[in-house]
Amino acid sequence: MSTRTFGEPIKRNEDRRLLTGQALFIDDVELPGMLHAALLRSQVAHARIIKIDISRALQRRGVIAAYAADDLGAYWQPGPLLVPPPPIADIVFNKRTQVPLAKDKVRHVGEPLVIVIAESRYIAEDALDDIDVELEQLPAVVDLEQGLRPGSALVHEDVGSNVSAHVRQTKGNYASAAAKAHCTIKRRFRYEHGISSPIETRGVVARWDARANQMTIWDTTQAPVFVRNGLAGVLGLNERNVRVIAPFVGGGFGPKIMMFYPEEVVLPWISMRLNRPVKWIEDRLEHFFATTHERGQIHDAEIALAADGRILGVKDVFLHDTGAYDPYGLTVPINSQCTLLGPYVVPDYDSTFTAVFTNLPIVTPYRGAGRQHGVFVIERLLDLAAHELKIDPAEIRRRNLIPPDAFPYNNEIIYQDFQPLSYDSGNYEPVLDKALEAIGYKQFIREEQPKLRAQGRCVGIGVACYVEGTGIGPYEGARVQVQSNGKVNVATGIGTQGQGHFTSFAQIVADELGVDVTDVDIVTGDTDQFYWGAGTFASRGAVVAGTAVSEASRAVRKKALKFASDAFECAEDDLVLADGKVSITGIPQKFIRLGELAQRANPMRGAVAPGTEPGLESTQYFGPPMGTTSNGVHAAIIEVDPQTFDLEVLRYVVVHDCGTVINPMILAGQIHGGVAQGIGNAFYEKLSFDDQGQLLNASLADYLLPTALEVPRMELDHTVTPSPLNPLGIKGAGEAGAIPVGPLFAQAIEDALDLKRKEVELLEIPLSPSRLFELTRKARNT
Amino acid sequence: MTAEAEYAAVPINVAVNGINYDAVVEPRTLLVYFLREQLNLTGTHVGCDTSQCGACTVHLNGRAVKSCTVLAVQADGAEVKTVEGLADGDNFHPVQEGFREKHGLQCGYCTPGMIMTAMHLLETNPNPSDDEIKHALEGNLCRCTGYQNIVDAVMTAAMRMRG
Repeated sequence: MSTRTFGEPIKRNEDRRLLTGQALFIDDVELPGMLHAALLRSQVAHARIIKIDISRALQRRGVIAAYAADDLGAYWQPGPLLVPPPPIADIVFNKRTQVPLAKDKVRHVGEPLVIVIAESRYIAEDALDDIDVELEQLPAVVDLEQGLRPGSALVHEDVGSNVSAHVRQTKGNYASAAAKAHCTIKRRFRYEHGISSPIETRGVVARWDARANQMTIWDTTQAPVFVRNGLAGVLGLNERNVRVIAPFVGGGFGPKIMMFYPEEVVLPWISMRLNRPVKWIEDRLEHFFATTHERGQIHDAEIALAADGRILGVKDVFLHDTGAYDPYGLTVPINSQCTLLGPYVVPDYDSTFTAVFTNLPIVTPYRGAGRQHGVFVIERLLDLAAHELKIDPAEIRRRNLIPPDAFPYNNEIIYQDFQPLSYDSGNYEPVLDKALEAIGYKQFIREEQPKLRAQGRCVGIGVACYVEGTGIGPYEGARVQVQSNGKVNVATGIGTQGQGHFTSFAQIVADELGVDVTDVDIVTGDTDQFYWGAGTFASRGAVVAGTAVSEASRAVRKKALKFASDAFECAEDDLVLADGKVSITGIPQKFIRLGELAQRANPMRGAVAPGTEPGLESTQYFGPPMGTTSNGVHAAIIEVDPQTFDLEVLRYVVVHDCGTVINPMILAGQIHGGVAQGIGNAFYEKLSFDDQGQLLNASLADYLLPTALEVPRMELDHTVTPSPLNPLGIKGAGEAGAIPVGPLFAQAIEDALDLKRKEVELLEIPLSPSRLFELTRKARNT
Repeated sequence: MTAEAEYAAVPINVAVNGINYDAVVEPRTLLVYFLREQLNLTGTHVGCDTSQCGACTVHLNGRAVKSCTVLAVQADGAEVKTVEGLADGDNFHPVQEGFREKHGLQCGYCTPGMIMTAMHLLETNPNPSDDEIKHALEGNLCRCTGYQNIVDAVMTAAMRMRG
């Protein structure tokens, strides 16, 4: 086949197995002699451990072993720092990473105290009741501001305070910008993100094979290579003797990246000690505590404006909840700090954050990874500015967009990838125009809204802009190999959790090698198939691994043409590679199949010429110098019931630019899913902790994931501004849908309920019917 | 006391995807674990253990049920259908085909439950509206797709099945 598949909505290669129940997820791994683990977790957020007695549990029939922290001996050590702090001057960072099992103290509800290994999960769970634990409860650090006050309880006494990190980044001089401003507007904003809650929870299966000196770990990780290297290190094994397999993973969204969760670290060690396979599958209740969250920030932000609405500068001071430990370094708050700048010209910026230890589960990136928080602040500030200066909210955004001739646009401060925050390419105004046109912005405001208001209906409109830093380094690799049956095998080191890599990567290969997409078999997430790599996060899979796949395919194409030109004794320029074969231009009956070329490249006799390699294969790597920057605009029309404050999204438009598109069907799916998570974050999902750090709504009955009824039909459009940072021109798209939904909802709900007139401002996310009731009660009473 | 000592094993007879199974289960064994662990039908997934997410949906005597909230002993004498029983050889059931065509799945973990719920809807309402599909799927959570393509997949399947 010679048709180009790149850019086409090709149906997915992976669907057959998933649709017929034949895909292997972690809980489907069943091994002879396999044991099962259950963990006793702390039910209080902060306590000193007085006593743990596992002796009765060990007596229960079917229990094989049980371990508390002390039983791990020298194996007990804090986990690795996953991302070191970026090179920013005068940075404070107090590294305190999570431990395999709590020793001396527990620091959040759900922190594991004991792991029980039994012949079945049922027995292991039963045995948890046999463990005697005595804890001395301590006051919990829950509120960020209180946690920083003198005399507060301390999550880590040896730090001397609850400061996890303190970072200031500046661009220009905000004070001088404010001095010459027409006006400044300052507010306090609260933004809470929630839990990723993939429908598949986490799981680990570890099998030590003493005879082969081989550890195999099935793990719901997004970054198997990191996990392999880290676990080999702590287990005292060569990396080659550890194989990490991320099978089909039922959604990741960040918290499955590479956390070295206690279960990931402890199960392999136990398997080595018992010389039997061990399995642990997280249950949904555990997921609410034992898997990382992304939670709240409090921003005190000020914007300085010219009379025409141009931004002169922004100053922001914020607190970031990092939870009980900070293994992921500063990635989330740095993303907030950087993404606040958005698609706008902000000449002067002064941003300081303090990350605070709390007695709550650990915070690490979850789809958006702090970007939402920053976008909420700048978008809300612009709404307030529009109101103050009597400029239309869409218009004030337009006036501040970075012009197309200003790229690459350097925001000077340091981003999460340690590089200056520089936007590679962009053309922002057409994206805004398309979104406004699609939603019928002017017509709604001029004609429809007055009519609806006259009917007593509360319907409002919102428009929010954002950029998304994507496709960061360090690198990924891919091996493309033509098999002797003519099919193509591709292996890469990243993991897959539904992003369609089995198809989008196959499209890249298919075009280059002239084979059918269905004849390209992609392997991800198996460290024995591909040794090197980083992982699937930060919207980087398609950009970084996709480019490596492309480079490797090109190299294989070159080899195939070289082999064929030797065989035909003709110039490579006279050859056509299509339909799985190389033929001579104009003489289609004169051809040689790719599979046969692969066989010839691995000869039984003769010699592989010096300077060449056997096989029709190539391994290539791609490391971008910095990340690509996608951008987009979401617009929505939302109706609010003024009695119940329930809402209905009547229209939802996304216009997005992620450079060249590999598969528009898969891209649309990524946007849809992101928006749905954004809607959950904006209006339905809230982690409710009491002042003792207890999560009050740890079930899917009480923590409200959006259902089919809450997510509206989305209207999508795209513009294409290729990235100059990779040959394909692609940018990442994984998080785009989720990022601007909070400020969009706040804006549209304010407009629907005409809250500006009532002097009510929505400065927090998540909102909910009851929260809207509370916020508007005062206005109603006056 | 151990689990074995506490509970007597119970014999059950269940027809799953047209095959008759005689099996012995603990009284507390959930139908989903019976299917997954004793029959090796791992296409039915557990997402929440508490009947909110719907990933474990199967058909029990023709009705869509959440198999994490049904005891295996309750299925004694019943007919069960799971996602493994839908395709006819290499040919997809129209609902499976709809999901593939409309990209109604990403990670695929909720998909078997979604499909079983959708099939039950289409067996009782062959010509559903968008809104009826959404209501029918309300008890099945998906974290990847935003549901839009799932609704379209079910609509496409409905049209195919009506012929």
